[in-house]
Amino acid sequence: MRSLLKSKEAIGFAIVCLLLLVVFPASLDIFRLNTVGKYLSFALVALGIVLVWGYGGILSLGQGIFFGIGGYVMAMFLKLEASKPELPDFMVWSSTEALPWWWEPFHSFVVTVAAIIVLPTAFAFLFALVIFKKRVGGVYFAIITLALGLTLVVLLIGQQGYTGGANGITDFKTLLGWDTRTDGAKRVMYFACSAFVILGVVLCTLVIKSRLGKILIAIRDREDRVRFSGYDTAMFKAFVFAVGALFAALGGAFFTLQVGLITPQTVGAVSSIEMVIYAAVGGRTSVVGAVFGALLVGFGKTYFSENFATMWLYLIGGLFIFVVLVLPNGLAGLADRIRLKREA
Amino acid sequence: MTFDIAVMQLFSGISFFTILVLMSLGLAIVFGLMGVINMAHGELMALGAYITYMTAWVFERFAPGLMAIYIFFAIAFAFLITSLFGYLLERGFIRFLYNRPLDTLLATWGLSLILQQTFRSLFGAQEVSVPMTSWLTGDWEPVSGIQIPLNRLFIIGLTVLISISVYVLLFHTRWGLRIRAVTQNRVMSGAAGIDTGRVDAFTFALGSGLAGIAGSVFTMIGSTNPTTGQLYIVDAFIVVVFGGVQSLLGTFISGFAIAQAQSTLEFFLSGSMAKVLILVGLIVALYFRPNGLFSSKIRQ
Repeated sequence: MRSLLKSKEAIGFAIVCLLLLVVFPASLDIFRLNTVGKYLSFALVALGIVLVWGYGGILSLGQGIFFGIGGYVMAMFLKLEASKPELPDFMVWSSTEALPWWWEPFHSFVVTVAAIIVLPTAFAFLFALVIFKKRVGGVYFAIITLALGLTLVVLLIGQQGYTGGANGITDFKTLLGWDTRTDGAKRVMYFACSAFVILGVVLCTLVIKSRLGKILIAIRDREDRVRFSGYDTAMFKAFVFAVGALFAALGGAFFTLQVGLITPQTVGAVSSIEMVIYAAVGGRTSVVGAVFGALLVGFGKTYFSENFATMWLYLIGGLFIFVVLVLPNGLAGLADRIRLKREA
Repeated sequence: MTFDIAVMQLFSGISFFTILVLMSLGLAIVFGLMGVINMAHGELMALGAYITYMTAWVFERFAPGLMAIYIFFAIAFAFLITSLFGYLLERGFIRFLYNRPLDTLLATWGLSLILQQTFRSLFGAQEVSVPMTSWLTGDWEPVSGIQIPLNRLFIIGLTVLISISVYVLLFHTRWGLRIRAVTQNRVMSGAAGIDTGRVDAFTFALGSGLAGIAGSVFTMIGSTNPTTGQLYIVDAFIVVVFGGVQSLLGTFISGFAIAQAQSTLEFFLSGSMAKVLILVGLIVALYFRPNGLFSSKIRQ
């Protein structure tokens, strides 16, 4: 905590807390607040991307996979509760006779929460360890994660009877008997998501300031030297990738809770790459920036799709190019530049 | 399995193979030789397809007599215009990103979004398709029971022609020599008097032009919409990476392997499960040969 207060991101952190806990809840109606909650679930993913990409130097185009695991696991629990004691409706439509065995555990809330935390983390760790041990990195890793995300999308759409197909899973009612569709519930979920985002910012900052963070930066900048110094770099990279996956899965779970549906689109390449742009806009090495990036791009997306729908793709496309060419360190880089100028 | 089915199955595998090759040849040059990750490569194919659509439209109205051979003009236009576009692209912004591959990926992704929206504004969100050339419709039936679609046969022939042209260009011309020299050692090539910047632009333009040809040819087997490019790009990358990034031969062999595997598996399984198995198989294969099937044996 002390390191966070001393860091140059302290002002940004204070602004984030103020915005999330005071300004948004006080000024926005419940519909808008719910939308902000959706951006915040992406902000969680972006926090993970800052760790993985900004500090670990690993570009993953598959964060949607973990977002999807978290989201679908949450959705399975909610769906089972909503359709108890019958089969979920989409299974009936695709004439699935009985509940598949791998749906059974998700009757239990404890198992569901455990699965959201353990499944993506364990999968990400093992997958990344295997790949990094082989010293596959950089662009190849990005393309492998892209292919993996594509595989998952094809599976989700193809197995309609078990996964809801292209429409995904939707139409939830309650969470442990608590109606999630009321305005009050939406407000509670917004605050829960905000709390996780703020906690996530603190946690990421602690990781970065720790010795682990120093090693990550060293690996990003000159991996072979770190390896020659005796560190098992694959282990470190796999670890940070797993942490990033955990953030993405939590984001996915909150997405399902707040939006009330999860679809294969959120898993796919387009959504995975959009998640990277959240972190890139905020500044790939800035933890607070990731939250600002997700909020800003989210607001932009909503505003433009409501008012000038055709403009949105031009804008986000232009944003990608602009950020990469002009602002490689994102908003945080811009803030630094202004601060330096003022001090000089 | 009877003989007829086996032959048709083999043919559909070969036909799919030539499509994969067309798709990934341009990428093998841009990504394989130059190391540029162009996520907008699929949109360049879509551009080629739309140029074909426009050519067909113009011919239908102003030169209906030439409709039988419009496809040749369309392919030529598609090549010229997309390679010009690629040239401008390389000079315009890709050359500033040569040392930042991951950033190139993001920037070209942004470009692909812009192109998609441009297609949507110009041609509408619906699918467009071109009129089928009369002499390419129908089947060729060498033996009764075996039917081979003529348009697929045409694509196979065209792919062979293009592959040979690319081979000759890269390995038997001065331009090819320069391209190979620059990809092997940029600094030394510059010292030997090669204008490396021009070679880069030319190479990128060539790769883009090939994407244009691919897009143009694909109008013969399917319709085009603004997001068509997205369908091709991941497959194309997988073919190139699996084959070994710096090897054109690898691209061919991996395209062949993937195509035959997919069309065989699709015979036994549903299309989506076949695709899943292929993708998982590729990830496993890349685990054992991280640099692809045909990688140059050098220490990195």
